[in-house]
Amino acid sequence: MSQKPEKLIDKKGIRLDGRKPDELRTVKVDVGVLSNADGSAYIELGKNKILAAVFGPRELHPKHLSLPDRMVIRCRYHMAPFSVQERKSPAPSRREVELSKVIRESLEPAIFLEYYPRIGIDIFIEVLQADGSTRCASITAASLALADAGIPMRDLVSACSAGKVDGTIVLDLMDTEDKMGEADVPVALMPNSNAITLLQMDGNLTQDEFEKTVSLAVEGCKKIYAIQKEALKTKYVSVNEVSEAEE
Amino acid sequence: MPTFFERRQLVTPGDLIAEGAYIAGENTYAEDSKIYASRIGIVEYDNKKIDVVALRAFYIPKIDDIIIGTVVEVGFNGWTVDINAPYLAMLRASDVLSRPFKPQKDELSQVLNAGDLIVAKIISYDRAHDPQITVAEPGLGKITRGQIMKIISTKIPRVIGRKGSMISMIKQETGCQIILGLNGMILITGKTPEDEELAMMAIHKIDEESHISGLTDRITQMLKDKKKEKEENKE
Repeated sequence: MSQKPEKLIDKKGIRLDGRKPDELRTVKVDVGVLSNADGSAYIELGKNKILAAVFGPRELHPKHLSLPDRMVIRCRYHMAPFSVQERKSPAPSRREVELSKVIRESLEPAIFLEYYPRIGIDIFIEVLQADGSTRCASITAASLALADAGIPMRDLVSACSAGKVDGTIVLDLMDTEDKMGEADVPVALMPNSNAITLLQMDGNLTQDEFEKTVSLAVEGCKKIYAIQKEALKTKYVSVNEVSEAEE
Repeated sequence: MPTFFERRQLVTPGDLIAEGAYIAGENTYAEDSKIYASRIGIVEYDNKKIDVVALRAFYIPKIDDIIIGTVVEVGFNGWTVDINAPYLAMLRASDVLSRPFKPQKDELSQVLNAGDLIVAKIISYDRAHDPQITVAEPGLGKITRGQIMKIISTKIPRVIGRKGSMISMIKQETGCQIILGLNGMILITGKTPEDEELAMMAIHKIDEESHISGLTDRITQMLKDKKKEKEENKE
């Protein structure tokens, strides 16, 4: 890892990568990128590159995991060995197991689990390149993959992080800011019902700062949501345009 | 009672479609007298009922549906059939044999083996039990010839068209027999493989462009063009 830069935010309030404190990194989202999965999505959030694939709903194997009154969701968050600067062992680490659970729990409230009992959905998240806030980008991509698989959902889930760096509250932390900064708060939101499905904090914040950080992250989620919707719609609009051109 | 989307507009899960005394139809849900979409699809208003015609969905069995399935396992007293749904269906041996089934005498794999395709009807399904299917009716049973294609099950009504206009047009133009499985599997049997190919092309086009208006005319035109092309090639 590179040495700690002297300052994470300069005098003008500009961050290391040239962003303002309340600015998102550039986001690029693609839906339906994998043909073998029932639903899929790909997200680029700054330098993050993440693929999410959804299989199901389908018969659950092993069968004893199935529940008589609802669907079961299984989620696997995995970082590719080449996703970080030092090779990461491909075996699931403690962190990945925890993130898998956290991501699953942030998506569950959005899905109508009770509609189809005794079956399961598998979500696979593959981090190809990591640069901070991967859990947020993963949730964003996974919720799109779920919608692409045709799974009935209450809402999409959008996620974004905020935190405190050099005493300033900033949106969408990148890797260096996450590691050198004072606090990191990832938030996942169901934008239409305004319900938070994930809220974590790593670091120290006063109560006042915490409230500010969360509301900034929620604003970020809403921006992400607009991009998510756009990505879903363009997938079907493009079909439209092609056929119009044929005529 | 405002509505926030026009008819045939695209919605994504969670979009607020309408507020007030509406009835939540397919692929929508109601919360505090607000109607939201639960799938990606196109809004349709039917009086007070709001439906979303899903662009992405999977098949859920319904009693009396005619479906096409693949036998995946031969069991002790019946078969397990993949019906392109989250649940596997059961086909009982006594249903196929049309006489009392004797496990020591009858060899089930000689009647239907894994990999065989069947046209069947769903006779029972609920939350607690896997679907059961039957082939003991005219028109149902093992498929021996023809081509199978798979589309998204929600688009089967588009292939049928208004009062069956689309499907009868395709049948007429191509001279093929077509059985539409409501689970999205379609069986096409024609006189020649070319006829079958043509019918498949038409259905494929419907699958891709079902959300664009003027579909029937475009499909008719396409079939006529292709037929003309073929005749010219013959000469």
